[in-house]
Amino acid sequence: MVCKFCNINPVFRFNSSNISLCKKCFIKYFERKVLKTMRLYKLVKKNDNIAIAASGGKDSTVILYILNTFIKDRTVKLQAIAIDEGIHDYRNKSLEFLKNFCKKNNIKLNIYSYKKEFGKSLDEILKTYKGIPCSICGVLRRYLLNKKSKELGVNKLVTGHNLDDESQSVFMNYSRNTLKLSSRMGPITGIKIHKNFIQRVKPLYFMSEKEVTTYAFLKGLLTKFSECPNDTDSYRAQVRDLLNDLEAKYEGSKNGLISSFLEILPLLKEKYKSLPEIKTCKVCDEPCSQEICQACKYVEEVIKNNKVNVNL
Amino acid sequence: MKIYKEPKIKVYIEKTDEYKELSLKSLKEIMKELKINPTTVIITNNGELITEDAEIKISDDICFLSVISGG
Repeated sequence: MVCKFCNINPVFRFNSSNISLCKKCFIKYFERKVLKTMRLYKLVKKNDNIAIAASGGKDSTVILYILNTFIKDRTVKLQAIAIDEGIHDYRNKSLEFLKNFCKKNNIKLNIYSYKKEFGKSLDEILKTYKGIPCSICGVLRRYLLNKKSKELGVNKLVTGHNLDDESQSVFMNYSRNTLKLSSRMGPITGIKIHKNFIQRVKPLYFMSEKEVTTYAFLKGLLTKFSECPNDTDSYRAQVRDLLNDLEAKYEGSKNGLISSFLEILPLLKEKYKSLPEIKTCKVCDEPCSQEICQACKYVEEVIKNNKVNVNL
Repeated sequence: MKIYKEPKIKVYIEKTDEYKELSLKSLKEIMKELKINPTTVIITNNGELITEDAEIKISDDICFLSVISGG
């Protein structure tokens, strides 16, 4: 099997269409598809002040690289924002890579840590907290990304979510009967624009994890940081394995899941658009659905009072 | 009398950080034997990216790099 266009050894093969691509053709295919997603969904516009939520992992580094390389509009401002959860032997290594990458590419990098912002690192929190690590970590990370983006004057947050991440979330919301959460998903998040919410956009929405890894490898952006050590038992990790098994047997399953989801997304947005008004947290002024936001509840009950578990 | 030695190939699996020695066969068969899901890895041979239908030989340096990261 050779590259469909160049007749040389391929680096990627699409089994469903029986097409193989060489390095040059794969890079071209990948960049065109990402830029097409950005154009189609108008992910970045004139005068945007964007921050890329970066971690030093392959997904966020790839999108950081692509945006920094291809956005030629000088009215668009670009910087990176990273959260240091404090996961020993994992985040410290990936952030080191990110620092070097940003320095080399002249990208402003803002790093905020759980330790400084909340008083404890994730490792310290997990010494007493016995709930699911990803639940508390996800809430605290999203909280900081939104809050710090506003402080930086950013109007849009770019994330490295790919096809695999999104198909997992869609599947999880179906199986948990939480379709309301799916209504906020898609290449652009949120049902409606709210002054307190920084809009999140996902240029890698249609790229599989394998495609992103291939691109990262070919561009020298692939880092050797394994999975998060706290991720192994999560529900998401199990859904990921399940979808990967399905994809191996029936290639295109993840694409099918996302395509059919995008078809019903306008209906979901319509159904849930009259959800209760977004409130402001009494403690921190961040947006939330109740009187006090989840992050503040975690900080009070888990970080300050060392509760073993909380039911939010 | 010459004793026939079955040709073996050594492969590296990044996810588990281990080397495995197997009898020489196609990449697809190796992955099946090691229970490696093709959607979860990219494959390199001597540092160059290859596809799972590429031909391999004993002297090759095959690595299965995990595509799953983050969390």
